[in-house]
Amino acid sequence: MAEAMLAADGTPLKRSLARALRRQKLRALALIAPLLLFVLITFIVPIASMLFRSVENEIVANTLPYTVEALADWDATGTDLPSDATFEAMFYDMFIAAEAKRHTRLGTRLNYETTGVSSLFRQSGRRMDDVADISYEPLEDLDKAWDDGATWYALFNASGDADQALLSEQRGRVARLSGSDASADINFAPDAQAAALLPLAAREYTAWAVYVATQDNRDPAERDPWEAVAPALVTDLQTADLSGYSGPMADMLRTAQQANLTVPNFTREFADMDEDWATLEPWQTIQTHAGTYTPGYFLNAIDAQKTPEGIAWQPEEKQILLTLFGRTIWMSLLITFSCIALGYPIAWLLANLPMRKANVLLILVLLPFWTSLLVRTSAWKVMLQQQGVINDVLVWVGLVADDGRLIMINNQFGTIVAMTHILLPFMILPMYSVMQTIPPSYLRAAKSLGATNWTAFWRVYFPQSVPGIGAGSILVFILSIGYYITPEIVGGTKGVFISNRIAYHISSSLNWGLAAALGTILLAAVLVLYWAYDKIVGIDNVKLG
Amino acid sequence: MKLTKTLLATTALTLASGTAFADGHMASDMTLVSWGGAYQNSQQKAYVEPYLADNPGVTAVWDESSAEAVAKLRAMNEAGSVTWDVVDVVAADAIRLCDEGLALEIDADEDLAAAPDGTSASDDFGDLLVSDCFIPQIVYSTTFGYRTDLVGDTAPTSVCAVFDTDAYPGKRSLEKRPINNMEWALLCDGVAKDDVYDVLATDEGQQQALDKLATIKDDVIWWSAGADTPQLLADGEVVMGSTYNGRLFAAIEEQDQPIGMLWDAQVFDLDGWIIPTGLSPEREARARDFIKFATDTQRLADQAKYISYGPARASSAPLVGQHAELGIDMAPHMPTDPDNAQNTFLYNYEFWADYRDDIDAKFQAWLAQ
Repeated sequence: MAEAMLAADGTPLKRSLARALRRQKLRALALIAPLLLFVLITFIVPIASMLFRSVENEIVANTLPYTVEALADWDATGTDLPSDATFEAMFYDMFIAAEAKRHTRLGTRLNYETTGVSSLFRQSGRRMDDVADISYEPLEDLDKAWDDGATWYALFNASGDADQALLSEQRGRVARLSGSDASADINFAPDAQAAALLPLAAREYTAWAVYVATQDNRDPAERDPWEAVAPALVTDLQTADLSGYSGPMADMLRTAQQANLTVPNFTREFADMDEDWATLEPWQTIQTHAGTYTPGYFLNAIDAQKTPEGIAWQPEEKQILLTLFGRTIWMSLLITFSCIALGYPIAWLLANLPMRKANVLLILVLLPFWTSLLVRTSAWKVMLQQQGVINDVLVWVGLVADDGRLIMINNQFGTIVAMTHILLPFMILPMYSVMQTIPPSYLRAAKSLGATNWTAFWRVYFPQSVPGIGAGSILVFILSIGYYITPEIVGGTKGVFISNRIAYHISSSLNWGLAAALGTILLAAVLVLYWAYDKIVGIDNVKLG
Repeated sequence: MKLTKTLLATTALTLASGTAFADGHMASDMTLVSWGGAYQNSQQKAYVEPYLADNPGVTAVWDESSAEAVAKLRAMNEAGSVTWDVVDVVAADAIRLCDEGLALEIDADEDLAAAPDGTSASDDFGDLLVSDCFIPQIVYSTTFGYRTDLVGDTAPTSVCAVFDTDAYPGKRSLEKRPINNMEWALLCDGVAKDDVYDVLATDEGQQQALDKLATIKDDVIWWSAGADTPQLLADGEVVMGSTYNGRLFAAIEEQDQPIGMLWDAQVFDLDGWIIPTGLSPEREARARDFIKFATDTQRLADQAKYISYGPARASSAPLVGQHAELGIDMAPHMPTDPDNAQNTFLYNYEFWADYRDDIDAKFQAWLAQ
């Protein structure tokens, strides 16, 4: 049996070696750690979180939790409105959302899907108090003490066992609704007995208490609750059995129960607020888009949409994004090819001229590179517009009539010209560095063996320059597919790219979900093309220098 | 003896309250967000410089980000670090910021100065308080300018000249978005002014507006920056084009371009301040203090010395004087001047908040056809 070899300090040599190597690796890792962290924090994390928005859709369930639950088994494809219980749930959800000013945010989100939801939510949010007052005012008339926050606090604050489950449930509701922490200590715990007897009112009171304590930093014992507790209490009293109840406010509760106060007819109240609530559309929208994660933005990004009946195309007059994707790729290819056509001879010249002349030429290539992008683009505007330099010269020479000036800008032609000019250095530089490495003696050898100029170029020189073309093409294509500012300025209506739509959705319509979906698709398209390029040409054949 | 005591006591109180306000509760620097250019300059001259003179030790920094204010504020809010103190936005953006909970709600009578005659701020601003978060500054309008030397003998007097390529051949510039263009198209297609938004709320009405725009589609250069139309007019690229009235004023009066104003069917819009939510109490107090000063009657009237936008307060209108450098009377150049405002439109905020995304998608698809 072979003895394990030992290192000087007695540990097995293998382990000692592995440890030394590991230390070396760690040291290497520590060296690149700053860069790695920098890239992770400033590049990958923001992009990943932005792309995540393309599927994230928590806002609906967070803002309207009980409505979403009540709508779960409603048949959106039928002709019946949701149940009265759904309208009731909507009232309580909407009430607290309006207090937290979240209903308008949800309205904006759902307005991307159904036009009109934005103002429906904004206006309805203002009317929630009126609905609550239907129960609140009679209750107050019955006994002034109901108008005092202390009454409610005494009724629901735990005198015996506390209902911790209810408390933590409502903490979760408030936290999800407001998007901020709701776990701070509060001077309130719902009473288990009251919560069992008056479940809805206890729920709404607890939600309010959690909200004022954690969001407004107020003591619930000293504040008056939202009016929404009144309809909740009146609803509970219709079925509550108070015979065995001897807790706080027992007499007041009995009087209120005997008074048989009216519960608002939520269905009718919502319909009175806005007739749209009595139609299927807002409810279908809420149900269809209730999921925490949604494919909806991706569907929108390819001119489709989620409907109660399943996935459908957008109406024809709204379809634009697929066209734009196609156009972006097609025009990027055109730009890449015109860069190759213009850049190849220049790169060849650069590689074959004497050093001194080549340097001057190289500076000319790089000069526009050092000029602001906006300046270059605007310069093209001056050149190409109808009253611009080129048209003026053509009219002066007599090639074009004064009333027949050429339209060269605010269309695809303008975009292609300006972007070819701007991206040309990215094509020339890799080509030049590859061509520099091709020995001129190869061409001379081919010619000495009887090849014509063309054959020598096409059979000997060109194949060796292909890696440069490949590198330049990838650079130019990927840059142009995501280009934004130049198409915006010179593109007019038919020369704009998908990135102009992304910019619109980021900064104007604020539909970040759709913008993220478009961006993700664009990224995927680039990766697919890269993969295809690797399969066809081989990425190893690409040389940047 | 008694008098001295009282005097001492009140002095001490005044000092205490004074310092409490100046140092204890208010931040000493603020970041103002605006649009840059002549407009920001008018704000600098009319409010910021006087405010800084009254409050030594306070510094103000400008950020020219109003065009992307909503998106940037949303991003700042999500990141939990709002670096702006007061933000100048158009009313539609203020409504959106208010909807998203990104702007503070303002109580006009409590937070803003009353008019010199005692009229409360809410009455003085009147209907222009279109959102709970919005403090209006100016009324501006989007309207048309035309090249006086390119329109022939009869200068256009109606907005429908834009759609009349026989009488006024040549290119026109329109903004590359549906807002305003759709309204003008319907007006010139025979829809009554009061019915425009009812019609535009239907699919058929939207199609009708696009069909009308289609009659001049080949003659339109679409702009996206307010400076485009004055430039296109100056170059003779277009015979007429829409832009903000202040831009046209600058081209006509300051640069002497051969441009005429077509005030017909101008669309009024509002621009004003909002205070972002999520500021520290000190910064919020400073922002409120500044806003109260910057939107009082005199300050709003002063702004009209530098730019031809109408002050948002009724009480400021009589105080509008002459241009600070050109020395011309500013009143006739205001979009709100009775001669100019014979036929006007007020931007319908509610309508566009609902229909903006829908109609924009259709408009862009139509453009791309």
